[in-house]
Amino acid sequence: MNLNLTIIGQSIAFAVFVWFCMKYVWPPVTKALYERQKKIEDGLNAASHAEQKLEEANQQAEQTLRESRDEAAKILEQARTRSNQMIEEAREQARAEGERMVANARSEIEQEINRAKEDLRSQVSALAIAGAERVLESSVDEQSHREMLNKLAAEL
Amino acid sequence: MAGSNPTSSGYIQHHLQNLTFGYHPDNGLSFAHNAQQAADMGFWAIHVDTMLWSIICGVVFLFVFRKAAKAASSGVPSGLQNMVEMLVEFVDSSVKETFHGKSKLIAPLSLTIFCWIFLMNLLDLVPVDWIPELAKRIGTDFFGADPHHVFFRIVPTTDINATFGMSLSVFALIIYYSIRMKGLSGFIGELTLHPFSSSNKLAQLILIPVNLLLELVTLLAKPVSLALRLFGNLYAGELIFILIALLGLWQLPLHFAWATFHILIIVLQAFIFMMLTIVYLSQASEEH
Repeated sequence: MNLNLTIIGQSIAFAVFVWFCMKYVWPPVTKALYERQKKIEDGLNAASHAEQKLEEANQQAEQTLRESRDEAAKILEQARTRSNQMIEEAREQARAEGERMVANARSEIEQEINRAKEDLRSQVSALAIAGAERVLESSVDEQSHREMLNKLAAEL
Repeated sequence: MAGSNPTSSGYIQHHLQNLTFGYHPDNGLSFAHNAQQAADMGFWAIHVDTMLWSIICGVVFLFVFRKAAKAASSGVPSGLQNMVEMLVEFVDSSVKETFHGKSKLIAPLSLTIFCWIFLMNLLDLVPVDWIPELAKRIGTDFFGADPHHVFFRIVPTTDINATFGMSLSVFALIIYYSIRMKGLSGFIGELTLHPFSSSNKLAQLILIPVNLLLELVTLLAKPVSLALRLFGNLYAGELIFILIALLGLWQLPLHFAWATFHILIIVLQAFIFMMLTIVYLSQASEEH
């Protein structure tokens, strides 16, 4: 257990090992560690970012869904009003049409009646004259009696 | 058991003797044949086994870590890279907790200290006779050495030279950092003007030697305690392994028990050496 040259040899060996470690071992390992740390940090950041984005997208989707549902309800409501309105209009039209047709028919009938009356009137006077001619046998002055007969026919 | 050693004390002594190479006054440049010859060689001798195994440990550490460092990427780590990154992060966080300055040296220094000491300590778990016996065979068969003269201790941290080699390097760094951070005058002031100071000039003059004495003891205690703590723990552990190896069959359960306990010690001592180095260096680089 003597102190001798070994102590110097050991110091030199120690110094060389430390130098080698400092130069060729420590920097690459710590660099790799640092880089991995950075990578993990970035990854975590990206993950939380993505999570946030997902949350936003979900909200957006929900919002859109809600809006479209409202829209659909509105459209449905509009359609219902519109259809009611159309039915109402159609009914109204139908009624008007019906009334118009009834009125037409009535006026036609009236015209028919008038025409028939006219016909009758003209034929009645002729018949009356013919009848009277037979009765009297003699010619009645057609000119002088026509006026009187026409008056008679108008009274019919 | 080393069969060629007849007594227990001989066996123990044999196991605690390093393979020493140096200049002996009588034999010239040679391996020491016994403890006396090793002592006679004085300072200019080298423990070949300590150097060899510590360098093997260092090279293994750097090889493994360099391999992982080359393959290091920011992708998903696997196997070896995982282990290396775990150690690097562990050391890095230890350094960051304690050392608040900015230094490119301290973290790699701490990593080297921790891993190197751990690997050297780990050799303590190799059964005490395996490698010395192998060395003895090689020594006698290939180099024609006397089996009694082949010494081989494989745990560098049980050699006080190895622990002092490291702690003195750390000590040099402590002084370097002190001077760099505080300037030479700041460092001297720290040594002489604390802990006792006075506004009276004369009293201050008298207090300077007292302060210097106290602070020098504090300063010098750092490398000495660092080296002796590691050495003492590992030396004692080694000694107990050797004593257990003397017990015949009983050594099996005892060796297992002590080895299990020793796993804790080897990691703990490596960690303590590293932590104290960081603490000392952060003290050195911070103003009081």
